[in-house]
Amino acid sequence: MKEAGQLDVTAMIFDHVGDSYYWHLTDIGETSVSAPLPVLVYSKLTGWHAFSSSRFHHGHEAYEGLAIAPEGSAHAGKIIEVATGERPLFDFSVTKNVAGLLIASVLLCLMVIGAARWYKRRDVTAPAPKGFIGTVEMMVNFIYTDVIKENIPENTARYTPYLLTAFFFIFFTNLLGLIPGSANLTGNIAVTVSLALFTFVITNIFGTKAYWQEVFWNKALPAWLRPLMAVIEFISLFTKPFSLTIRLFANILAGHCALLGVLSVVFLTAVSMPGAGNYSMSVVSVLLAIFLDMLEVLVAFIQAFVFTMLSSIYISLSQAHHHE
Amino acid sequence: MSLLVPESGLFIWMLLAFGVVLFVLTKFGWPVITGMLDERARYIDEGISKAKEAGEKLERVQQETARLIQEAQSRQSQMLEDAARIRQDIISKAREEATVAAQKVLEDARRQIETEKEDALRDIRRQVGELSVEIAEKVLRHSLSTDEAQMEYVNRLLDEVEKKN
Repeated sequence: MKEAGQLDVTAMIFDHVGDSYYWHLTDIGETSVSAPLPVLVYSKLTGWHAFSSSRFHHGHEAYEGLAIAPEGSAHAGKIIEVATGERPLFDFSVTKNVAGLLIASVLLCLMVIGAARWYKRRDVTAPAPKGFIGTVEMMVNFIYTDVIKENIPENTARYTPYLLTAFFFIFFTNLLGLIPGSANLTGNIAVTVSLALFTFVITNIFGTKAYWQEVFWNKALPAWLRPLMAVIEFISLFTKPFSLTIRLFANILAGHCALLGVLSVVFLTAVSMPGAGNYSMSVVSVLLAIFLDMLEVLVAFIQAFVFTMLSSIYISLSQAHHHE
Repeated sequence: MSLLVPESGLFIWMLLAFGVVLFVLTKFGWPVITGMLDERARYIDEGISKAKEAGEKLERVQQETARLIQEAQSRQSQMLEDAARIRQDIISKAREEATVAAQKVLEDARRQIETEKEDALRDIRRQVGELSVEIAEKVLRHSLSTDEAQMEYVNRLLDEVEKKN
């Protein structure tokens, strides 16, 4: 059904939001401009492999018994073993998302440590910073004072670094994800599931006795209800991080898809109604895309805030004390 | 759908990268910033309470100053009053003393005048006595130049004495 020259919107969107062994920048005519990335694979059959993804020649060739699965197959776009057609045991390849993750991590560390250096060289009587460090401070202050200290009045120092790191990591990668051509990190479930896992572990390893008692044997409830509630509470231990995972992932992914979809109207109308129709629709679509992009900046902040807020609430629940 | 299945490779990379970021920032980043924020909040709170204290102290000092000024003023007027009274006292006392002294001088003068007058009177009286005796002597010497006159005079004197008794 695909007409010649027509954009395959679904493929384009999936290409943008999905992961890849290349960092695809743009297409000039028929040539795709992309940076190759390192492939790092452990196969049960052939052991360790480390080579540049340029060896695959954009999926057209196999290398060392590995190949990129073609469109339409079970593992489309992923590395498979040529012999079995299955995924290798471990695929630690530095994909576009991994590369984006590493870049974002390094930038985030540099930013925060750069801001921290400003404070190290000054004492408390110095006037508050301006510019970039002032912005960092404003956000740190907001999260620290209004979210962390508000929700976790006790043992604040134990949880502050994690919650601040989570907030800034999510906010920063959300913003980076909005840059055209960059990796869609927080719209990837593997990223959000590991963030939620951090919250889950940090919440539960420091859980107080009262917290576990509320989970498994809540004395506030009538005795016959306690086993039932224990089951529900036990399940909710896992639904909490699950909801964190899905909320962040789905919000960012949906935002990206909507934005890409709106932008592809430009190319779709170019084929279906050339001329004035296309121009007017293009204007509408670009205006809408600008609006959505701004909305996404807002969402970038809100989702980072919500994740941090909920994490701090889960942590505060785990710090329950008996009120006798 | 591949979008809903977490990729194990990315998952492990993410755990690793986020873990390292968390470690690095916990060690070198956040505590410095939050420490400063806490310290600044404390510093500002302290500043506010200090400013309040200073304001109260200033007010106390102002009240104290006003009180001192008032006290000084009242003491000054008291002193002026005292000085006026003392001056008045001194003047009136001096006047009194002067009066007394003048009186005394007058008294003395009068007494002296009195004494001298008496002396003079006494002198005059003596001189008058002496003169009269002299005169009488001369008169007698003249009139009693004869024996009969002498006799007659004695008789008259005797008569006079008789009459008197």
